[in-house]
Amino acid sequence: MSDSATTQRERTESNEQTDRTPDPRADDARTETPPGSTGAQSVVRALEAANVTVAFGVQGGAIMPVYDALAESSIRHVTMAHEQGAAHAADAYGVVAGEPGVCLATSGPGATNLVTGIADASMDSDALVALTGQVPTSFVGNDAFQETDTVGITRPITKHNYFVDAATDIGAVVGDAFERSQVGRAGPTLVDLPKDVTQAETDVTADRPTPPAVEAPDRRAEPTAVEAAARAIEAAERPLCLFGGGVVAAGASDVATRFARTFGIPATTTMPGLGSFPEDDSLSLSFAGMHGTGYANMAITHTDCLIAVGTRFDDRLTGGIDSFAPNAAVIHVDIDPAEISKNVHADYPLIGDASAVLEQLRAAVETAPPAESWREQCAEWKETYPLTYAMCREEPLKPQFVVEAVDEATGDDAIVTTGVGQHQMWAAQFWTFTEPRTWVSSHGLGAMGYGLPAAIGARLALDEAGEPDRDVVCFEGDGSLLMTIQALSVAVRENLDVTVAVLNNEHIGMVRQWQDAFYEGTRMASEYDWVPAFDTLAEAFGARGFRVDDRDDVAPTIEEALGHDGPSVIDFHVDPEENVFPMVPSGGSNGAFALSEDHL
Amino acid sequence: MSDDRIDAGLPGRAPSERPQPESRRTTDGVRIDPVVEAGHVPRRAVVSALVDHEPGVLAQVSGLISRRQFNIESLTVGPTTVDGHARITTVVEETDPGIEQLKKQLRKLSAVISAGEIAGETVSRELVLVKVRGDDPHQVHAITRMYDGETLDAGPRTITVELTGDESRIDAAIDAYRRFGIVEIARTGQTALARGDVPTTPGEEPAPDCQVANREGEPDAANTDTSRAGTAERSIRADGRGRDTTE
Ligand SMILES: Cc1ncc(C[n+]2csc(CCOP(=O)(O)OP(=O)(O)O)c2C)c(N)n1
Repeated sequence: MSDSATTQRERTESNEQTDRTPDPRADDARTETPPGSTGAQSVVRALEAANVTVAFGVQGGAIMPVYDALAESSIRHVTMAHEQGAAHAADAYGVVAGEPGVCLATSGPGATNLVTGIADASMDSDALVALTGQVPTSFVGNDAFQETDTVGITRPITKHNYFVDAATDIGAVVGDAFERSQVGRAGPTLVDLPKDVTQAETDVTADRPTPPAVEAPDRRAEPTAVEAAARAIEAAERPLCLFGGGVVAAGASDVATRFARTFGIPATTTMPGLGSFPEDDSLSLSFAGMHGTGYANMAITHTDCLIAVGTRFDDRLTGGIDSFAPNAAVIHVDIDPAEISKNVHADYPLIGDASAVLEQLRAAVETAPPAESWREQCAEWKETYPLTYAMCREEPLKPQFVVEAVDEATGDDAIVTTGVGQHQMWAAQFWTFTEPRTWVSSHGLGAMGYGLPAAIGARLALDEAGEPDRDVVCFEGDGSLLMTIQALSVAVRENLDVTVAVLNNEHIGMVRQWQDAFYEGTRMASEYDWVPAFDTLAEAFGARGFRVDDRDDVAPTIEEALGHDGPSVIDFHVDPEENVFPMVPSGGSNGAFALSEDHL
Repeated sequence: MSDDRIDAGLPGRAPSERPQPESRRTTDGVRIDPVVEAGHVPRRAVVSALVDHEPGVLAQVSGLISRRQFNIESLTVGPTTVDGHARITTVVEETDPGIEQLKKQLRKLSAVISAGEIAGETVSRELVLVKVRGDDPHQVHAITRMYDGETLDAGPRTITVELTGDESRIDAAIDAYRRFGIVEIARTGQTALARGDVPTTPGEEPAPDCQVANREGEPDAANTDTSRAGTAERSIRADGRGRDTTE
């Protein structure tokens, strides 16, 4: 270590000694309501006021005062092995629980390790509150030990972030961070907490920082706009619902389902919208987009009236904009006005909460659209373009078969988390989603390594909600799992009942698929035949580990793994050459999806 | 790999055998009327944002602009009549959807109280300082007078002048100075207000104590109702994340 770094550290430590405020617990332990508290205690009281019961994080110098105060709280702190995992776990916790997840990290490297998880939450509009330690205010901007400009770094990936410079403000700021992460379109917020500020005494009574006042968003769209959209729906011959992640986030799945059923309108979802409409319903066309079903993409291409709710028309959904739903009048329901006509022009913009607006629409539509032959057409497409896969008699094991087998072995309310890659697409395609908040994946950011920490977050959300019997299964790729596998130690320590199904193809398969299709098969850096034996690795972590090569072993092993009370990992060795189809090539037309490599 | 592998690929008609609609959308996602192709050409717009005057707000706004690649010509900032508020004025060269997006994205920033394109006519000005070679002071002075400028510094080697005006006037002046040899230029970029009674940003009101006296020395009727101004102010603020409704 360089001299200057040592000096810096000494300065930090001496500063701690001189600045350290007297421990309020020592003085106030006997009084009932302490006259004041530290900034750190205000943080914790604000978390409690926001009904936080679980927080994920990693300790460190600058966040230590907050942890010290957390020791006094009933909030369950889950120590993660890496801050990226803390952010993903908190994100997934939030998705499953329907309230913001909380993660904590120290300054500098702790905060930068959170960045991927915060960016992920931002892309998927997930409510998340990140609390980061910061060097004392007098050192800020001096390149002090473990200093980074966290507020600057996270500005583009948070809904809002805060640098707290007075202990008295902390409760209000943390409260505001909670409120803001949930109001309207959800998203991550971050509060950067300098150490001197969390250590400082405030005149705020420990049990009385400002609690967040979250108003339920019940924003209605403008009635005249709703009327106009209703007329368009009544007149449509080929109407189609497109439900996005916003439907799930708004808790509008029931309303959305009722809406489609009331008027007999076929429904497709985006990938984040999986679970917003039951896929076992005859009106369901499953999900659309790059690896969506052929029938969903045919329907999107031919609809004359697209009722899009809570989607931002990501390019993975739309393919080339020029050919996206080219015949459709677009009704776009969204809570965020900035989404209206951002990527696809909205002929009928309806700004408001998904539930409220869909109820408005349902009331306004007087007669169901004349869509009899359209429904028949959609059913025919389902026949013509089935989602299936070629199965060999023995080996190699097909990854799709594994997904179906796990689906079979678990309840409808099981939660599926995934990493990023082919396995994620197979999970999306071959799992039948019927319930909202059961699909937890990294959509907008596509962050490899999301699956395992997300499973931890999901498990804790279920356990906190008193639903220990619901299964949490995680589909991971070999490459993706390796990115955050250290989180397995957390699952073991906390004895979390999660089942990780590794679809191990000894490749970073999605890259291999693209290389084969678009780079003449040059498999540069995509062969991962050096991956560890995940079954023995799991055992080394203290989890149960299994390996499966044969089809006959699939069901019994899944049974055994699900039956194990605690984390287990099944290393499924699957066909290394299997590819994900259908596929809309990047920027291509949704209706021209490829069914095999020959079509690319 | 085993030999009994069944050829991969899903059943169904190949892309070329499927019916595809003829219609299309533009890059802006607007359906193209097969008869009249609707496209958008960039135009100049002055967008004004009323923001909380706090540290970091300019970084937020400029970060948003650079991240989303809006084509900004200039950006100016300064306080307004209301304590704690500042105005950011940007001149953009964008298509209509681009201008719409800029406004919407600006409104998403929590430090932004209100933002909009200045409706109708704008009064806009830019200030420039020009330092030219001092070999021909009389000629320089003549041009400065012609453009209603002011000489700020005249030394033996250089002369520095100040000019204000709209963009074309300033461009013309700079052109005129070129023949002496321009040493340095500092331009502020345009700042602008809406002409007449129209508020510059949607819902904008002066500070309650900013009453305009009329000829008789009485407060101007339009501005006496301080409670109203206060209420409007609050309603924008209290609306919180619903600020986007102010247009
Ligand atoms: C952090 C990160 N790095 C790189 C990528 C690019 N990427 C997308 S999919 C993929 C392959 C994933 O491989 P694996 O986890 O083995 O899953 P498979 O596709 O084989 O199912 C890669 C490298 C990414 N999405 N995220």
